[in-house]
Amino acid sequence: MRRRKYLLVYAVLILAGFVMVLPVLMMACNSFMGPQELKEAYGAVLGEGRENLSARFLPVYPTLRPYVELLLDSPDFFVMFWNSVKQVFSILIGQTAVGTMAAWAFARYEFRGRKPLFIMYMILMIMPFQVTMVSSYLVLSKLALLDTHLALILPGIFSTFPVFIMEKFFRSIPKEVFEAAQVDGAGELASFLMIGIPLGSPGIVSALILNFLEYWNAMEAPMTFLKTKSKLPLSLYLPEITTDQMSASFVASVVMMIPAVLGFLWGREYLQKGIEASGLKE
Amino acid sequence: MKKQKTAYLFLLPSLIGTTVFVLIPFADVIRRSFLKAVGNTFVGTANYREVLTNQAFGEAVWHTFRFLSICIPLLLVLSFGIALLLCQLKGARAFFQTLFLLPMAVPVASLVVFFKIIFHENGLLNELLNLLHMQGKDWMSTDTAFWILVFSYIWKNLGYDVVLWIAARSGIGKEQYEAAKVSGAGAKECFFYITMPQMKPGIVLIGVLSFVNAFRVFREAYLIAGDYPHESIYMLQHLFNNWFTRLDIQKMSAAAVMMAATVSILLCLLERWNEKQE
Repeated sequence: MRRRKYLLVYAVLILAGFVMVLPVLMMACNSFMGPQELKEAYGAVLGEGRENLSARFLPVYPTLRPYVELLLDSPDFFVMFWNSVKQVFSILIGQTAVGTMAAWAFARYEFRGRKPLFIMYMILMIMPFQVTMVSSYLVLSKLALLDTHLALILPGIFSTFPVFIMEKFFRSIPKEVFEAAQVDGAGELASFLMIGIPLGSPGIVSALILNFLEYWNAMEAPMTFLKTKSKLPLSLYLPEITTDQMSASFVASVVMMIPAVLGFLWGREYLQKGIEASGLKE
Repeated sequence: MKKQKTAYLFLLPSLIGTTVFVLIPFADVIRRSFLKAVGNTFVGTANYREVLTNQAFGEAVWHTFRFLSICIPLLLVLSFGIALLLCQLKGARAFFQTLFLLPMAVPVASLVVFFKIIFHENGLLNELLNLLHMQGKDWMSTDTAFWILVFSYIWKNLGYDVVLWIAARSGIGKEQYEAAKVSGAGAKECFFYITMPQMKPGIVLIGVLSFVNAFRVFREAYLIAGDYPHESIYMLQHLFNNWFTRLDIQKMSAAAVMMAATVSILLCLLERWNEKQE
């Protein structure tokens, strides 16, 4: 009886887990198809071919040519890849600087206005992009930042989500540590830099990973605030190539996935901690 | 007193940024929502009335509401179920959690091709249906688009919610279950009298976070179906986007103010309810 129950649990989980990874596996495997095979397999959907679809999981004639072509012969792809990297990492660096300090203030001090301010940060955190779309557009146009990388980076830096996550981690550092440091004569800044940052680093890393995944995937803001094609991030470039170059579209999709999936695998534990922290009550 | 000052010093950079990039501009949007587009004359609630009587707005609100009220409960229930199943496991739990979290890392843009292959008129799904002698269709341009979107939302967010549920459950002390078992309670009683009541406060936060993520399905919807998708998935996000391309600042301002008010009120009500539960 017990064994049968276990088997059932495993069966359900394996089935669900399979659905989760299927798209990723299929994209990854298909990216090794040469142009001829791709045309055969997916011409009916992606090109003009009228022949029937003959989708397959594993390529019959695997080749690295699509990768070589994408990485060597498509300057566009490189430009957009670096756009994504530039935008995402500038945001993350800024968030670390600004966000840790704000989170520290909320976690360590009882100051006047703490509660209403924190509630305001929470409300800003849950606001859908569309709500602040007009206001961001107006301020960015006033500051003449529209259609520059800064139009994405500056608002991104002041996102309140990392503050919310990091606050939980800073809060969980036991008070005694700071009392001991103060006895030894450490000032406020010193205890932030020497104790807060090292002990709260898991929180900083989790916030960074959550946000890395979020901004690597960003669409709404670049769509709204950027116009020039050469400034677009990868996430907006991919849908464009799918129509004209079949083989590039698989490879480019996979190459875009790689940093995100690697980051995910590397920081899986932190990611999990970060998610748990986002669910912690005030 | 000195402590207060230090606290504000730490907070200052973030506060300045938020004020410059969000608070002041939003205050300006509130002001604009009462003004005429040209000439800045005060028009009272005219913009609001225009938005509220706008047919596209009404439909978009309805579709958004329908989407949220179906996909959030569905996600909460499914992820709760998976979390319970995972709690039964010991060794393989981490492995499965990784599997379920993986979609979170996959950029939407890199799945556009996958979606096309499956749901295209000549796509994989129709091919399979053909084998079974059933009639296929162009899935994304019928109201199945709605369910495809619900599915992709659940696919992407299941892992996140599973982790939240497991965390909420691990907060319940083992002693409680042991005590209950000693007094003769079965698995069912344990679930309904120990697990469920203590998970209740968790539901609010998990629901709020799922709500936040629900607005991001615009990415899938937009990448797969473009500016004007099938009407069943034409939601507020699309409407805002289309108003934006026409630079309809007045309408957008009024609608943004209403949306902000709705979200804030919702959050405050939930907080209130949550505090009462304790």
